[in-house]
Amino acid sequence: MAEHCARLWLKDQVDLTLVGRDASRIERVAADLKVRSPGSVIRAVESEFLDPARIRDTVGLIASEGAVDVVLIAHGSLPVQENCQQDLAACREALEVNGISPVLFAEAFAAQMAKQSRGTLALIGSVAGDRGRKSNYVYGAAKGLVTRYAQGLQHRFAGSGVRVVLIKPGPTDTPMTAHLKSQGARMAPVESVAQQIVAAVEAGKATTYVPGKWAAIMMVIRHLPGFVFNKMNI
Amino acid sequence: MRPVSSWGRLSAELHEVVVLQDPKRAATQIACGLAGIAYGNGRSYGDVCLNPNGILWQTRGLDHFIAFDPETGLLQCEAGVLLRDIQRLVIPRGWMLPVTPGTQLITVGGAIANDVHGKNHHALGSFGDHVRRLQLARTDGELIECGPDLKPDWFDATVGGLGLTGVIVHAEIQLRRVPGPWLETETVPYTSLEEFFALADGSEAGWEHTVSWIDCLAGETGRGLFMRGNTALANDRTAPQGRKLTMPLVPPVSLVNRLSLRPFNLAYFQLKKRQTGRTLAHYESFFYPLDNLLEWNRMYGPKGFYQYQSVVPREVGQDATAAMLREISRSGEGSFLAVLKTFGERQPRGMLSFPRPGVTLALDFPNRGEQSHKLFERLDAIVREASGRLYPAKDARMPRELFEAGYPRLQEFLRYRDPGISSALSRRLMGY
Ligand SMILES: Cc1cc2nc3c(=O)[nH]c(=O)nc-3n(C[C@H](O)[C@H](O)[C@H](O)COP(=O)(O)OP(=O)(O)OC[C@H]3O[C@@H](n4cnc5c(N)ncnc54)[C@H](O)[C@@H]3O)c2cc1C
Ligand SMILES: NC(=O)c1ccc[n+]([C@@H]2O[C@H](COP(=O)([O-])OP(=O)(O)OC[C@H]3O[C@@H](n4cnc5c(N)ncnc54)[C@H](OP(=O)(O)O)[C@@H]3O)[C@@H](O)[C@H]2O)c1
Repeated sequence: MAEHCARLWLKDQVDLTLVGRDASRIERVAADLKVRSPGSVIRAVESEFLDPARIRDTVGLIASEGAVDVVLIAHGSLPVQENCQQDLAACREALEVNGISPVLFAEAFAAQMAKQSRGTLALIGSVAGDRGRKSNYVYGAAKGLVTRYAQGLQHRFAGSGVRVVLIKPGPTDTPMTAHLKSQGARMAPVESVAQQIVAAVEAGKATTYVPGKWAAIMMVIRHLPGFVFNKMNI
Repeated sequence: MRPVSSWGRLSAELHEVVVLQDPKRAATQIACGLAGIAYGNGRSYGDVCLNPNGILWQTRGLDHFIAFDPETGLLQCEAGVLLRDIQRLVIPRGWMLPVTPGTQLITVGGAIANDVHGKNHHALGSFGDHVRRLQLARTDGELIECGPDLKPDWFDATVGGLGLTGVIVHAEIQLRRVPGPWLETETVPYTSLEEFFALADGSEAGWEHTVSWIDCLAGETGRGLFMRGNTALANDRTAPQGRKLTMPLVPPVSLVNRLSLRPFNLAYFQLKKRQTGRTLAHYESFFYPLDNLLEWNRMYGPKGFYQYQSVVPREVGQDATAAMLREISRSGEGSFLAVLKTFGERQPRGMLSFPRPGVTLALDFPNRGEQSHKLFERLDAIVREASGRLYPAKDARMPRELFEAGYPRLQEFLRYRDPGISSALSRRLMGY
C-alpha cells in the first residue's frame, strides 16, 4: 500500500525516504520509483523495526535532512491466528510488528513534528482492529492498539498544525494477502485503496475507512450485541 | 487450489497458484519439485498458460521497473510489468515499445514467451527482436542471463519458448523513439483478396503499421477494411479520456451467433466504408481498440471461444486464404473479430516463434463443440497443405502432427526445456 501511495505522490517531484527492514527490498522499490519519477529525490534507509534506539536514530537521520511534511507508517504482517494460539513467540511477534513497532515509529516522528509544529502523521490500522474476532484476534488486538494510540495522539495535537490520520483498510490485494487471494478471497485493488489513502492524508482526516463502504459495515459489526456476534463464524 | 481460465474461457480447472513477488526469491519458489508453468496476465486464448491440477506461477507481482535511460531508450524491468505501464511511462518521454500486440494488458514475460507481433511486423519484427537481455530462473535453482550476444542459443529458445525454458525474472528492452502518442492513420475498404494484397504490398514502404479487418462471412472474395498508420507529430491535442466499459455478466448463450453476425458485419462494413480516409488517432485507440471494453471475452457465453490464427507462406497465401474463407463462410461460424494481415520478409529469432514471412488470418469462434472442431479440421487441412502453422498463443486444440510440421526447429528447442516445467499445451503437443 505504501508503495502505491508513493507512486501517486511521485506524480509531483518530491523528496521521499523509504524505511524498511531489508536493504535489497527497499532498493528494489526505490529503483522503480526513481524510474517513474526521475526528478524526485528518493532515499532508502534500512532500520531495525523493534529496536527503540535504531528507530530513534532512523527518525533522527530523516529529520536531519529537513522538515518532514508527511509520514506514512504502513508496515505490518498478517499472522496465522492458529499459530498465535499455539506458539506464544508467534503471538508476541504479531503483537510487536503490528502494534508496538508502528507506535514506536509514530512516537519518534511525533516528537519531530511537535518541534516543527506542523506535518501529517498517518498510520495504517485495520478494520480488524474494530472488534475482536476468533479468526484473527491477535492481529486485531495489535491494530486496536494502533487505533487507541492514534486517538491519543490526535488529542495531544488537537488545535496544533500537526495532523494525525488513521487509515483503516478492508481486505486489499497486496503481497500481505497474496495467499488469501490465491484461495479466491475478494479484495479491493491496491491502486484505488492507495488513492483513498493519499486523499485522506491530503485532507488530514482523523479516521478513514478504505474502501469507504467499510465504515458502514464496521459500524454494524461494532454494535452487534454479543449474543448475535458470537454466533457468527467470522 | 482455485479455478483459473485463460482468455478463451474454454475451461476453469483447478490450479495451485503460487504468487511470485520477489525477484530474488523466484528461483527458490519455483524449485518445489512439482511441475508448474508461468502465468502472466492470462491473455493467451488457449492452454499455453494453464496447467490443470498443477502449479501456476503467477508473475504479476514481479512488477517493478529497474532502470530507464532516456538517452538510449533502454528499459530494464521485471517480467510481470504490463506493456500498458511501460507505454504510459515512456511515451511522454519520447519513447515507445517497438512492437506491441492488439492488447496492452499483457506482461513482458508473456510478450517474450509468445514472441508476440504487432501491426508493424514488416518494419520491426516481433517483440523478441527488441529484447537485449533477460534473466531466466530454472527449477533446479540456476539463473541464466542471456541475450542476442550472450548465450544466444538460450535466448533463441526462450523467445517464443512458451514459458517452457524457465521463468523470465527480468528483461532489458530497447525502445524506439516517437514524437508523441499520435498516429496518422488511413482506412481503405477492399472488396477482394487481390485488392487486399495490393494494398498490403503497396503500404510496406510508406506505412509502418498495417492490418485489416475482414468480414469472415463474405466468402472467398474477401471484403474488409485495410488500416495503416505511422507515428506522427501532433501538438495541441488532448488525449482521449479513458472511459472503460466492462462486460457486466456472462450471457447464458453466446451473443455472437449466426443470426447476429452476418447483418452485423455487413452493417459495419457499410458504415465504415463511408468513414474512410485519413485521421489522427491516439495510440491506445489505434493499437488497442478492444481494451476499452474490459472482459469482452464474456460475450461468447459460458462455453467460451476459440481463436484460430494461422500463417501461410506468401506464394500460396492468396489461394489458402480464399480456401479458408470459403470454408468459414460455408459453415456460418465465426465472429466479428477477424483479422487478415501480411508478415514481412524476416525470419523470427525464436526457435518456436510464430511469425514468418507470409499472411496471417486470425478469427474468433464461439465454442460450439463438435461443430467447431469439424470446421477447424477443415482449416487445418488447408494450413497443412500450404505448409503453414498455427499460433500456440491462440491455440487450445491443434493436432500434434500439425504443430510438428509447422515448427521445424522443435527438436532443437526441446534440449532447452526445463524438466520442472509443463503446461497443458506442452503435454498436448510435446508429450510432457
Ligand atoms: C485482445 C487481444 C489481442 C491480442 N493481439 C495479439 C497480437 O496482435 N499479436 C500477438 O502476438 N498476440 C496477441 N494476443 C495474444 C497475447 O499477446 C499473448 O497471448 C501474450 O503472450 C499474453 O501475455 P500474458 O502476459 O497475458 O501471458 P499469459 O497468457 O499468461 O502466458 C503466455 C505465455 O507466456 C508464458 N509466460 C508468462 N510470463 C512468463 C515469465 N515471466 N517467464 C516465462 N514465461 C512466461 C506463459 O507460461 C505462457 O506460455 C492478443 C490477445 C488478446 C486478448
Ligand atoms: N492488505 C490488507 O488486506 C490490509 C488490510 C488492513 C490493514 N492492512 C495493513 O496495511 C499495512 C500495509 O500492508 P500491505 O497490505 O500493503 O502489505 P505488504 O505489501 O506486505 O506491506 C507490508 C510491509 O510491512 C513490512 N513488514 C512486514 N513485517 C515486517 C517486520 N517484521 N519488520 C519490518 N517490516 C515489516 C514489509 O516489508 P518487507 O518488504 O521487508 O517484507 C512490507 O513492506 C499493514 O499495516 C497492514 O497490516 C492491510
